[in-house]
Amino acid sequence: MKINVAVTGLNASDNPAPGVAVVRSLREDGNWSGRIIGLSYDAYEPGLFDPHLADSAYLIPYPKEGPEALLGRFRDIRGREEIDVLLPTLDPELENFVKLEAELGALGIRAFLPSLEQLRRRAKSNLPELAGDIDLLVPEIRMVSDLREAEKASQDLDFPLVIKGLFYEAYRASNAAELFSFVQIIAARWGYPVILQKHISGEEYNLAGLGDGSGGLVSAVCMKKVSLTDRGKGWAGVSIHHRGLLEAAGRLASALKWRGGFELEAMMDHDGKLYLIEINPRFPAWIYLAKACGINLPLAYCELALGREPRLPREYKAGTLFVHYTTDLIADVSQLDSLLTRREIHYRKGS
Amino acid sequence: MTTPNKRLHGLALSDSGFIFDPETGQAFTANELGLEIIRLLKEGRTFEEIVSDIENRYDAGYDLIYKDVAQFLSQLKTSRWLDEN
Repeated sequence: MKINVAVTGLNASDNPAPGVAVVRSLREDGNWSGRIIGLSYDAYEPGLFDPHLADSAYLIPYPKEGPEALLGRFRDIRGREEIDVLLPTLDPELENFVKLEAELGALGIRAFLPSLEQLRRRAKSNLPELAGDIDLLVPEIRMVSDLREAEKASQDLDFPLVIKGLFYEAYRASNAAELFSFVQIIAARWGYPVILQKHISGEEYNLAGLGDGSGGLVSAVCMKKVSLTDRGKGWAGVSIHHRGLLEAAGRLASALKWRGGFELEAMMDHDGKLYLIEINPRFPAWIYLAKACGINLPLAYCELALGREPRLPREYKAGTLFVHYTTDLIADVSQLDSLLTRREIHYRKGS
Repeated sequence: MTTPNKRLHGLALSDSGFIFDPETGQAFTANELGLEIIRLLKEGRTFEEIVSDIENRYDAGYDLIYKDVAQFLSQLKTSRWLDEN
């Protein structure tokens, strides 16, 4: 099927965004054809320099500039690109895109995103309430607005703690000095409140899924990280069949009538109890593993966005491994020139 | 007494000794004896039957085999592949 897809999040550092994996999932599926339009906030995002990834790419305004600036940029881009589907992959941009879903639809750009209410219910600060609805445990959390509150919360929860921004970033603090340092780092980048979460010691499990917006789970794939970066990000992982997490994904899709992609992050403690750590309202950076398992969730997302019914298997093979690797892309300085001065780059023209 | 659970029955075993749990992603390698014990557990053999089976095939004393099998089952229990009855 021919679908032109605009994808955000083309960072491919040691803490990659999901965009590159989403594009690879589409490009390598024999049932997809079309153009990929990359959307980035920063001219130095590595994915922009890979001529085999996006056919064209455009810089777009940062989320803090608001939905109107974003819509203006889309009108501009839409004048030169046929875009059928928008697939955003970054947490901080989602709210703007959700607010613009109708306006973008009027431009012929379809998306399949959760509502603002769904986003609110899965927010880190609301996780304890939601976890009860989907029958999972969650670690205790506290929201703090300054260092004094952080210190008091640390006395309630005890170390080690996980310090999180509302949208992104997390650090593990083992003492008060680390706590203060990480709270300040996160507050400077993401603002207050900062979230303190009790650390659960055990094994981490992840799930990527797609909700059909009517309470159904289109499909899902579970993954266990087998190698981590020094920041705790997955560097290698293996597909698994974690029954508890797969069942929880079904309950989540049903309870929230979740619309779009999502990731569940969970920890199993040493007693075998499963804790929900986070629900990310978009596909994860390891989503290419799902495609490798025969569950192409990004392509199914595109079908849902276009009002079609995706047909994905629910079964997949456990034991499929992914391993990140880094390499050097060689580019001409004219590519950087194009991105910095024209805020766009073109590798292949549209038909 | 311990008994194999669903996870043990689901373990993928390779002749090389590589063992993979498709539910949790746990992977480890076992020697020939460990692999044999897991295969016997999957067949539903009891602790005593496993010790007896191995005693018949390996040139080692009963006590040593008894201790090795018990230790290995204890490791399997720690990994939650055996349930306590």
